[in-house]
Order: sequence, then structure tokens, then C-alpha cells
Amino acid sequence: MSSATATPSGQPLTTADGKPLKQALRAANGRARRNAMLLVLPLFAFLLITYTIPIVQMMTRSVQNPEIAAYLPKTTEAIGDWDKEGLPSEAVYSAMVEDLNDGGRSTIGRAAARLNAELPGARSTMMGSMRAADELAAPFKEGLIADDDEWGKPEIWKLIQRESRTITPAYYLRALDYEYNTDGEVVERPENLQVYRGIFWQTAWMSLLITSLTIILGYPIAYLLSNLPAKKANLLMILVLLPFWTSLLVRTSAWIVLLQQEGVVNDLLVLFNIVGDDGRVRLIYNRIGTIIAMTHILLPFMILPLYSVMKTIPPSLTRAARSMGATPLRAHLTVYFPLTIPGLAAGVLLVFILAIGYYITPALVGGESGVFISNLIADRMTGSLSQLRLALALATLLLVGVLVFYWLFNKLVGVDRLKFG
Amino acid sequence: MALPQHASRLERVWHWTYLVICGLIFFFLIAPIVVIIPLSFNAEPYFTFTREMLTFDPAGWSLRWYEALLGSDEWMSSIGNSFFIAITSTLIATTLGTLAALGLSRREMPLRALITAFLISPMIVPLIITAAALFAFYARVNLSQTYFAIIMSHVVLGAPFVVITVTAALSGFDNQLIRASQSLGANQTTTFFKVILPLLLPGIVAGALFAFITSLDEVVVVLFLAGPEQTPMTVRMFSGLREEISPTILALASILVALSVLLLATMEMIRRNTEKQRTGG
Repeated sequence: MSSATATPSGQPLTTADGKPLKQALRAANGRARRNAMLLVLPLFAFLLITYTIPIVQMMTRSVQNPEIAAYLPKTTEAIGDWDKEGLPSEAVYSAMVEDLNDGGRSTIGRAAARLNAELPGARSTMMGSMRAADELAAPFKEGLIADDDEWGKPEIWKLIQRESRTITPAYYLRALDYEYNTDGEVVERPENLQVYRGIFWQTAWMSLLITSLTIILGYPIAYLLSNLPAKKANLLMILVLLPFWTSLLVRTSAWIVLLQQEGVVNDLLVLFNIVGDDGRVRLIYNRIGTIIAMTHILLPFMILPLYSVMKTIPPSLTRAARSMGATPLRAHLTVYFPLTIPGLAAGVLLVFILAIGYYITPALVGGESGVFISNLIADRMTGSLSQLRLALALATLLLVGVLVFYWLFNKLVGVDRLKFG
Repeated sequence: MALPQHASRLERVWHWTYLVICGLIFFFLIAPIVVIIPLSFNAEPYFTFTREMLTFDPAGWSLRWYEALLGSDEWMSSIGNSFFIAITSTLIATTLGTLAALGLSRREMPLRALITAFLISPMIVPLIITAAALFAFYARVNLSQTYFAIIMSHVVLGAPFVVITVTAALSGFDNQLIRASQSLGANQTTTFFKVILPLLLPGIVAGALFAFITSLDEVVVVLFLAGPEQTPMTVRMFSGLREEISPTILALASILVALSVLLLATMEMIRRNTEKQRTGG
């Protein structure tokens, strides 16, 4: 660069107004760079504020535990260095009585609700003692225990000490069916209360099954479309694009209509004597409904990337393989199929990631057995504040799952090698 | 796909089996959408074909569900809400997305791959996660159940489509045209509006249509962000399908199918025009 900007005589080249060329070039480049960045800036800033901040807040709020520290501040301070042996000292009891006296109904109520979520019964203990608190006098230890003997058990104090930390993994433990026992150790929840791990697995395997079904149904269609003359292919393409462009709710309602016990599919089964009129099949409000409807909805997302890759494969390749003596099957498997892998991979990535986060279709046709993790997240979202935090923890876990899948996929296939059309 | 003259019997059998299989899959793709249209004209509140319908007895067919839909204030106001939200968010998403795509396609743009990935990330993150995050966020800043929150979220979801389609349109753009325009004395603004914009218009329109349909069809985020006043038709449809299904929903669904046919046709027209432009025809 430097040799190009200097004349043979050693004088640096200058622009018409006498600036060295190198400097002028750098200034122009900097200006162009700034202009490019200024164009991107509005959307960038917009997404940062209305999207990234909410996602980051979601992650931080899912570990936040402010109730006890905020609503029982004196107790929180006093109980900090308690060694969990026997009962806490008189100072802790007196701090608790002060907090109960200071706090109004609503603040103590919120702290009580937080404790009650971990130790059923804690709410009535707290609320009862709040009403009695202003009549208590030292020694507060005896006074509180006399008011409610729960205060004489170490469990409630251990819980208060644990929950006085403002950051807690509790919602993540719950999201993975673990919890703290009374000693503060992490243990599995009782088997009859385990929900989330099972639903996470169900979401994963049903998404996998749906992805496989879209491959089985999509591959032949993409192959046909890419090998037909353009006119015919374009016509048939409408049959793929129309469902692609049709509202998700419309397609889901179509399946509800079709698959009902009194619906068209069951009518046809009865008409052809496959089942009796009294033996109509239950095709909806269960797993089968979710699988059928979601396969239909996601099928175009498999066909389109496969098609765009297959269209670029010259047919002469398979012909060459055939002429060398390969059977059609062998020519397809060893020559054609490997070339379609980028399209297949794109389809798998799209369908699987879309499936794993699906909410609407399972909510409408899944019944109880066909739900996805999204449905549980949605259910927990509008409950109490601790349920919201649980929902945010579940959502964060799902997000991590999707990102891990994306990362693994990128390692194995390479996202930039994908073709989307 | 023509069968060669010398095909063996086995090949012939396989060829026809294959075509039948494909036919069945096409049927699976299209039949559910097509079948709801005649069912929406059912005179009875059933979701199956009555004997009268099958024998084309006029008594079996009726427009009552369309009348119920168009005569219902609740439905009409939620359809109005949907269009208001979709149009507003499309306008914002298209403006922001087009500007960003123009910037991203400049050679001087630093960290292009990373920033593009960031700008299109709302497409990859599952909707329920976006919904949970936005629900908690707007509730905290006391903006949930407002048009503002809904429109902003739909801009987030729609803008990536605009970025992608406009970037694609720009990749086929011939930069010589800019130089030609400037050499003829046009300034930057004139060049942008007279040369760049008209050539990019198909990409921008396609992106806008994507953003529009994304917003119009979106259920998950609005389900948590919309209050009774903003209820869009998708939310009303969703709760309708959940509680008791009325054939009124089938009437709306049929109208929406007609809308998607229209959209598909527009997209196809845009595609053909661009192809013509590229091949110079």
C-alpha cells in the first residue's frame, strides 16, 4: 500500500486539495463505515431495547428471590450467621417480631406466600403471629413459640435463612423436578409431583418423531418437484406453498374439524367399514392429534429447502452411475442422496427448532397426553409471581436447549453450508 | 420424470407406485385446507358433510356462519384490531429492516455476520420464549395490555424477514448502476429514490408481506400481551377453538384461506417480475 501511494521521487501522492492520498482514503473509508453502521443502528438499537433486554431480564429474574430479604430485612440480617444448630438466638426472634410489627399486611403476606411455597403451613404461622406481634414483649423467643409452636421448630428458621439469599437456584431445581429438603439439600421431588423432566423428554422425542415424519413425506415430494419440467413443477408447488402461506390457526382448526369423532375422517372410516359406527377412533385431543397436525404444518419447511438443493443436482450424475452398472437404488443412495444432505440438514434444523417450541397446535389438539413444554410455560406464566419465575426458568432452559442444539448442529453440519432457497 | 423406453417391469411398477405415493402426500398437504371451505357453508352446526350437502340439496347449504361472523361486533372489532396491529408493525418493521439491510450490504460494514445473526435471532428463538420474556418485561414497565407493547413485539418478529428478503434482493444488485447514476449528475438522494429503491422494491414488498402475515397470524405473544380492548382475531379464534367450536370460525378460516391464496399470487408475481428483470426480458 505504502509503495503505491508514493511517487518514484519519494513524494507522497496527494489529492487535489493537497491531502496525502492515504489519509484521504482512510477518511473516506471511515465515513463509509460510519454510514453503514448508521443504517444498521436503528434496528440494532430497537432490538436491543425491546428484545435483548427482556430476554436478559428473563434470565436474571428466574434466579431472583427478593421477597424475604426485602420484606423481612431485620430477620435477614440477624439470621445471616446462624449455624443451623438447634434454634436461632434471641436476637433473631426479636428481629422477626420487629419485622412483623414493621411490615404491613401485604408485605408480610408476600414473604409468607414465598415461604409457604416451600413449607406448606408457613403462611398461617406468619400471618397469625403478625396479628399477635405488637403484644409480645421480651423474651421474644418464648413469646413467639407460645404464640405458635412452629416457631420452636428449626425447619422454618432454616428455610428463612436459605430464602434470605436474594439469588436462588430454586426455580431451576423445580424446573428439573428437584427441590430442597428441610435440611437444605437438593433432592428429587416425590415421584407423583415430577412433571417437567417428563415433558421436556416428551417435547424432544415428539419433535424428533415429527421431524422424521416430515423427512419421510417431504423427500419424495421434493424429489418429484425438482425433476419435473418447470411448468408442471410450478403448478404442483402451489400445493406446497398454499399450506405454507395459510394461517397456522386455520390449519389447526381444519385438523380439529377433520379428526373429531363425528368428523370427516371418522365418517370415512365408518363408510368404508374400517371401524363400526360405535367404534369411532379417538384421533384428537391426544398425542396422535398433535403429531398429525404438526407434521402437516411443518412439512413445507422440510420440502422447500430440500427442493432448492435438489434442483441444483445435475441429473447426469445418477445417469453416469447407472451407466457404470449401479442399480437405481444404489445410484440414488451413493450418488444422489449424499448431495441432498445440505438441504436435508436445513430442513431438519428448521422443523426441529420450530417443533420444539410449538405452543398453539399442542394446546388445541394435544389434550393431556400431547402437550409440549411450551404449554407448561404458558400455564405457569399467568399464575403467582413465583409461578412466573418458574415459567421464566423453564423458558430459559428451553432457550439453552435450542442454542445447544443449534451449536451441535453447526459443529456437525455447519450452518453456513445450509441452503434455504 | 418421464420413464425411459427401456424401463424394466419392476421400474415401471416402482415408478407408478412412487407417483401414487406423491399423490397421497399432496392430498395430505392440501385436503385439510380445502375441505373447510365447503364445510363453512353447512346449514347445520356440524363439522361434517350432511346428507343434504352431499346430494347438493340447497337446504343443506347456507351463508349463516358468514352472516354470524360479519354481524358480530366482537369479531369485527377484533379483525379491525388485527389489521391495525399488522399494518402499523409492518410499516415500522419494513422501514427499520430495509435500512439495516442497506447497511449490512455495504462492503465497509464491520462484524457483518455477527450483526446479521443478532438481527435475525428473533426468528430462531421459539415464540413461547419470546412471549415469556416480553410478557414479564412489559408487565414490569406497566405497558402490558397496550397497543404499543403488541406493535413493538410484532416489529421484533417481523423485521428479520425484511432484513433477509431485502439483503437477498441487494445481493443481485448491480453497483455499476449507482456509479452510472452519479456520473450523470444525480446526488445521493436522487440516486436512492430513482435508482436503488425501484430495483429493491420487489424485495421490500416481499419482506413487508412476510412481516404483515407474521403479525396477522401471530397468536402466542398477543395471547399474553393483549388486553380485552386489543384482542386480535387470532386470540379470539384460539379461545373459540379451545372452548366451544362454532362453525363461525370455519367461515373466518375460509376467508383467511382466500387471503393466503391472494398473498401467494402476489408473491408469485413478485418472483416472476424479479426473474424477468434479472434475465433482462
